[in-house]
Amino acid sequence: MEAFLHQVMAGLATGGIYASLALALVMIYQATHLVNFAQGELAMFSTYIAWSLINAGMPYWPAFLLTVGISFLLGVLIERIIIRPVENAPVLGVVTVFIALLVILNSVTGWIYTYTIKSFPSPFPKEMSLGKYMSPHELGAIGITLLVLAALYVFFRFTPLGLAMRAAAQNPVSSRLVGIRVGWMLALGWGLAAAVGAVAGMMVAPIVYLDPNMMGGILLYAFAAALVGGIDSPMGAVVGGFVVGVLENVLGAFVIGNELKLSVALVLIIGVLLVKPSGFFGKVHVSRV
Amino acid sequence: MTKRNFLVLLAVLVIACALPFLVSNYRTFQLTLVLVYAIALLGLNILTGYSGQISLGHGAFYALGAYVTAILMDKAGVPYWATVPAAGAVCLVAGFLFGLPALRLEGLYLALATFALGVSMPQLLKYHHLEKWTGGVQGIVIAKPEAPAFFPWVGLPLNSDRWLYFFTLAVALLMFALAWNLLRGRVGRALVAIRDQHIAAEAMGVNGALYKSAAFGVSAMYTGVAGALGAIAVQFVAPDSFNIFLSIVLLVGIVVGGLASISGALYGALFIQFVPNIADEISKAAPWAIFGVFMIGFVYLMPTGVAGAIRLLLAKRRSP
Repeated sequence: MEAFLHQVMAGLATGGIYASLALALVMIYQATHLVNFAQGELAMFSTYIAWSLINAGMPYWPAFLLTVGISFLLGVLIERIIIRPVENAPVLGVVTVFIALLVILNSVTGWIYTYTIKSFPSPFPKEMSLGKYMSPHELGAIGITLLVLAALYVFFRFTPLGLAMRAAAQNPVSSRLVGIRVGWMLALGWGLAAAVGAVAGMMVAPIVYLDPNMMGGILLYAFAAALVGGIDSPMGAVVGGFVVGVLENVLGAFVIGNELKLSVALVLIIGVLLVKPSGFFGKVHVSRV
Repeated sequence: MTKRNFLVLLAVLVIACALPFLVSNYRTFQLTLVLVYAIALLGLNILTGYSGQISLGHGAFYALGAYVTAILMDKAGVPYWATVPAAGAVCLVAGFLFGLPALRLEGLYLALATFALGVSMPQLLKYHHLEKWTGGVQGIVIAKPEAPAFFPWVGLPLNSDRWLYFFTLAVALLMFALAWNLLRGRVGRALVAIRDQHIAAEAMGVNGALYKSAAFGVSAMYTGVAGALGAIAVQFVAPDSFNIFLSIVLLVGIVVGGLASISGALYGALFIQFVPNIADEISKAAPWAIFGVFMIGFVYLMPTGVAGAIRLLLAKRRSP
């Protein structure tokens, strides 16, 4: 039982990270109906920026905030420069551009920072009396994730800009007619997603260490999380993240072994897509013939 | 086939037969890999170009074909040439089975599901209960096939590299001829119809479900045959050489070569074999950065790939 609880707690901690990344995916999906395959690499790149800042002597939290800011700008720039021209292209073209972004970010990071594995600091104390099932970093990561979620909720629910972004995502034509600059709202959505991804990257880096390929598996779990929750539901992405995190850890520890952990994501993705493509919280999509 | 096309094809064939005698053994080996990639790209093109289903996980079928060959050769002592059809058959079945559920998925969702397949394949190959056959992380080393004794006797100077090249060339020709026949007729038309207007196609009596999953199967078979030939040429299979980046390389190949084009497979194969070699001299990471830039560039500027550009140029020259 002890071991089981421990695995569940560890699952919740990584689940929080999957939830953040899944949330970033869902935000872009809601706005543009595209799944960003480069989301993981974008988060990885942001984490490297944070690493540079910290190594240059900046204290952790200012570096954290500055990284989030830079990632936001990066997200906006990518949307304006690279994604905009293919907005209305066929799906294959869009997917190709995303995959291209993925490999470019991956290789540029490898080019600049080399492929050697680096350690990344955690802002939380090493030892803590509370919680014998969870390390302070895991607890802190969950806390930060929930904080980000709350901030996003407040932003989208209670600010005019949040309302405008939701409107632009839901009905671009009408939004444009009432004077919302839909193009910029999409770019802002990308920026926010990149910022949320950056937080996820910085929270996961102390656990998996920093290397250009660190996000491959995590992105897959985030996909699974987003699909389990419903690809168009932010709430679902968060719940899905925690569910996938716990499932992955518990199944990995007790049922199938650590070697096949990624297959959990594969089975979940295909299973959800086949049985309930809208996920638990997503809208059922009906298309008219 | 017009007379002009026939002459072009003949010229290409003559060059393909002469090349291995003009270049070093290492270049011959690289040319063999070009043919291997061309077969794999043709397979992916049948699925993505013609039937419009996106696969980001075709590396998994390549891996499956390679492992079938390696296991048959290493554990069962089957001769190398007999493993190629076996690998094709296994991948045909695997692809068809994967295609059945994938039928329900469209566009992005299929891309997601196949992406997951491509990412998790190396882990599946490392699985310790399969280690008895797959050799685990170490993989399997296979013996290099020797040229049959018959050829030196006739006086043809064939070493094993050249022999392997011609063996691969023969298989590639067969596969290209099959694809050409498959795609220019009723089946090809049905696939394109489903891709462009699936409701109209269904209304005209095309069985969408059957054609789509069959396309998946045939496409996986091509890629599996390529994997088998690739394993024989490289003489080694290991889980980590079949990671998601292999699937991405194949995607780069069809985007650069040209979607829904048979000759595009060859251009794409040349690109993914030789461009990294040149780019490698700049930096270890450079090939991928260049691949990425080329992918974006082609989507923006040349969405029909090299094959489409050539078609366009020829058409322009013909109509003044």
